[in-house]
Amino acid sequence: MPTLLELDDVEARYGPVQALRGVSLTVDEGEVVSVLGANGAGKTTTLRAISGTVTRGGVIELAGKQLKGGPEAAARAGVAHVPEGRGTFVELTVTENLRLGAYTRRDRQVRADIKRVSEYFPWMVERGGQRAGTLSGGEQQMLALARALMGRPRLLLLDEPSLGLAPMIVKEFFRTVRHLNESEGLTVLVVEQDARIALASSSRAYVLEVGRVALTGASQQLQNDESIRRSYLGY
Amino acid sequence: MLAAAFADFMQQVVSGLASGGIYAALALALVIIHRSTGVINFSQGEMATLCTYIAWTLTVNHGWSYWPAFVVTLLFSFAFGVVTHRVVIRPVERGNVLRVVIVTIGLLIAINGFVIWHWSGEPQALESPFGTGTIDVGGVVISWQDVGTIIVTIGIVVLLWLLFQFTKVGLALRAAAVNPTEARLVGVRVTWMLALGWGLAAALGAVAGMLTAPSVGLDPQMMQPILIYAFAAAVLGGIDSPLGAVVGGLTLGVMLNLIGVYVDFVGAELKLPVALLVILVVLLVRPSGIFGRPEVKRV
Repeated sequence: MPTLLELDDVEARYGPVQALRGVSLTVDEGEVVSVLGANGAGKTTTLRAISGTVTRGGVIELAGKQLKGGPEAAARAGVAHVPEGRGTFVELTVTENLRLGAYTRRDRQVRADIKRVSEYFPWMVERGGQRAGTLSGGEQQMLALARALMGRPRLLLLDEPSLGLAPMIVKEFFRTVRHLNESEGLTVLVVEQDARIALASSSRAYVLEVGRVALTGASQQLQNDESIRRSYLGY
Repeated sequence: MLAAAFADFMQQVVSGLASGGIYAALALALVIIHRSTGVINFSQGEMATLCTYIAWTLTVNHGWSYWPAFVVTLLFSFAFGVVTHRVVIRPVERGNVLRVVIVTIGLLIAINGFVIWHWSGEPQALESPFGTGTIDVGGVVISWQDVGTIIVTIGIVVLLWLLFQFTKVGLALRAAAVNPTEARLVGVRVTWMLALGWGLAAALGAVAGMLTAPSVGLDPQMMQPILIYAFAAAVLGGIDSPLGAVVGGLTLGVMLNLIGVYVDFVGAELKLPVALLVILVVLLVRPSGIFGRPEVKRV
């Protein structure tokens, strides 16, 4: 499969704090790749650098074209970023959230797509008029995912989707992501604190340490290596 | 006797609704900007006055009739609002909100100065598009000016509601106001949405100005009391609630009119202090207003 996303020596900083010190990684078309590491390793910043929500240096290419500018430009190029902590418009309704997901699209299939996406999450159909803020944490995370799908993204970025959710819900969430990957060929780059579920759901993984890639390999291989698990993944 | 008193009462209610509609339009302008930018635009009234002078120039100096002048003035005011945001507000938007507040106060003074310099301080008359006639509804005598004002403000509010509720750009405007970071992630160009909000607010102000001028006369200070009433209306309804601005404006209009007529010591002169009292009481008793949701902060 051709390379969809390529990061070459990407740096990023928040004021005086350098969060990324030269991260290089690739994601192939149709792949699920996870980014792991301790708190402050630069996982979230890596996603922010891709979507342009943080000032960055180095080269980031999507399908051979350099990503420049802010998040508006990244969204137009086909990057859907689901940030940490759900990232829904809590004041707006479920349907309005879904419509916003399709904001950059100009075609007329948005309504049809709301139906199609809702098939993965049947409860959204009946509760389309409900404010997103009144949904449970798990439902909001599903809505954030559904909204990202509404943009028909080339690349889906997921930031800590397991955060604050019950284990059952986390499992269901990753099952849906895997299903989307297998049935629709959706390419996903997922950042996770929960290394176990991330490795089980991805084909390859990168482990970050203080703003650099410390280790990379096939997810299965990382999972089976006990010393790696102990020293980097903490389980 | 009783019927006459009732007719008199109803007359006050209707003319209160007409002035309330004007307060509502300007209050809505304040709310739109407050929701997206987080500040009160103190120059909202002066922007409206300037736009009303444009309408006056078109009708009096260029011989246009009222409605074409009305439409062109709306377009001008929209562009004026957008440009004001891009050129004056945007550079100071980051950081402390007080910077923006101070800039809007500066704008108030600058626009007021420009209006006096260009059009002089002389009061002018803007003709009423609704004529000076009256209509008798079961003993209640209502002026066409009041009827027209009520209809125009209702029309504007409905149009805005349709825009916000059913169009893509309306949805983007709301998204940019409630969560700008998230809005950018879905591709909304937030700074343009803010400029668009300023444009809409300026157009609303222009409507308020053009409806005010025929009854009170056009002069550079015309909108200053109206801005206080609009502010009271917005606070009463909830500073972040468009519905609140409309209900607050109408309530305030009727209330002030009735108090002015039936409470002897208030009269027409003391309406402004009553509006300020409303602001004070609401801020003390229920700071979020009737329709606003109380602010909850995580500590």
